[in-house]
Amino acid sequence: MTILVIAEHDNVSLKGSTLNTIGAAALIATMTGSDIHVLVVGHKVQAVSEAAACIAGVSKVLFADSRTPEGELAENTEATVMALQSDYTHILAPATAYGKDIAPRVAAKLDVAQISDITAVVSADTFERPIYAGNAVVTVKSHDSIKVITVRTTAFAAASEQGGCAVQEAVAWVDAGPSSRFVGRQVRQLDRPDLANARRVVSGGRGLGSPENYAKVLEPLADLLGAGMGASRAAVDAGFAPNDYQVGQTGKIVAPELYVAVGISGAIQHLAGMKDSRVVVAINKDAEAPIFSVADYGLVGDLFALVPELIDSLSKEAVH
Amino acid sequence: MNRTIPPWRKILKILVAVKRVVDANVKVSVKSDGSGVDLANVKMSMNPFDEIAIEEAVRLKEAGVATEVIAVSAGVAQCQETLRTALAIGADRAILVEWNGELQPLGVAKLLKAIVDREQPQLVILGKQAIDDDSNQTGQMLAALAGFPQATSASKIIICDGRATVSREVDGGSETLSVSLPTVVTTDLRLNEPRYVTLPNIMKAKKKPLETLSPDDLHVDVTIRLETLKVTEPPRRGAGVILPGVDSLVEKLRMEAKII
Repeated sequence: MTILVIAEHDNVSLKGSTLNTIGAAALIATMTGSDIHVLVVGHKVQAVSEAAACIAGVSKVLFADSRTPEGELAENTEATVMALQSDYTHILAPATAYGKDIAPRVAAKLDVAQISDITAVVSADTFERPIYAGNAVVTVKSHDSIKVITVRTTAFAAASEQGGCAVQEAVAWVDAGPSSRFVGRQVRQLDRPDLANARRVVSGGRGLGSPENYAKVLEPLADLLGAGMGASRAAVDAGFAPNDYQVGQTGKIVAPELYVAVGISGAIQHLAGMKDSRVVVAINKDAEAPIFSVADYGLVGDLFALVPELIDSLSKEAVH
Repeated sequence: MNRTIPPWRKILKILVAVKRVVDANVKVSVKSDGSGVDLANVKMSMNPFDEIAIEEAVRLKEAGVATEVIAVSAGVAQCQETLRTALAIGADRAILVEWNGELQPLGVAKLLKAIVDREQPQLVILGKQAIDDDSNQTGQMLAALAGFPQATSASKIIICDGRATVSREVDGGSETLSVSLPTVVTTDLRLNEPRYVTLPNIMKAKKKPLETLSPDDLHVDVTIRLETLKVTEPPRRGAGVILPGVDSLVEKLRMEAKII
């Protein structure tokens, strides 16, 4: 029996999400005695393939070199997966923008269900996943011969990047045709940790009042803490922060060591995205705000006074 | 100047899939027997992302790009209410595939594929995710089954010369794809802000055609593939303490949480 993991990468290095997905695959592998194969699809992916070969627990890396320099399309990756000549029992991808684009396509082509965003492996065919913005957890059993799964990366420990010595094998990259063309990508230059991988997150809500305040109040705190920045849906809707800063049910799910929620009331959709953080600090003027029900430490008061005071106090400490 | 209208421009039919879900403001509770969540007497609404989908389709019609907007839903008879909302926003007609049993994304994607075969739309718009099962699958599955290109999590759609240029929300920024029609697009939050439905439009919607079909009519097997073994409450996170001020917060973060 063999498990296939579809690797997320940027043609230079593997994304952390791939390691967590392999972590989930390893749990299934211990129950079933399966091998783990990793598929790397992209342009000039030799280095990524070599890195994948070193991951503990991986027995084979399949790499498919595309002709396009960037913007690998979900259609092509799905077609490449479908062309693999192997009997996989499980196909896993991270539940990120990348994986969510591909996994449902593969499942539909195989005529099997896709199991989204698993948070626990109960057995080889039974998994836990959150529904209703994380207000309920469902245990589902798949009756399909192949399980196509996306993995909530914060729920599984990352596989070790070292200790493996997998075989690498080139496989054919399949071009699904000209109906879709990559035009371009607008990547924001981040001088702070990416939200999804940050150890600390500073997140802002509607209480900040304006895009200027979001930046002026929160950025110094994030800089001081070496934190990634997030936002509530309300703040994103109001244009205070970019869409991919959104933490919550329909945005990013994060579980950092420290989550500082500033001016966020704590709608259930937001709590769904951050309640697995180790320590939650909430700063809000409304003592009844639901965010305090999940916060370890709360400060009730004016954020425009409290945050600068916090920055002042923290800058006297060695915070890193 | 003799400007002939290109054929794709003459009939640009848009199909929009809408789902009836628990209203976003309802906090659901898990049934004590672990069989599911309690949906008795709970307010139901159109999935918010689907509302954005129907709004986008209607705007394309208002802009003269589209000629017809068809809303489709699958599920119990009460989904008619959801379809009436879509009609009140501005869809021209609606189709309900009525089914009283559980539906899962693969089954819904197959139903939509059958409707696509029947209606031959050039653009299918769906919400990226339903806020009940949080799957984020149906659009991609439909694209794969129909052999259409896909553009998921759209924040902007421009239709021109038989193609759609779609900006997508991805991790770290945005991405632009150019896809040929027919295509499947799924919506993200910032695509548009859906309008408020007015009373005259609600009245008008009551007179618009709504066709009801069954999965059998479409020759689709909607048997579920994932069996629900149990539904449980997530682990609760206990509330902490409200602190008197910044100094005690810094103290707690350092001494108790040991995080700074």
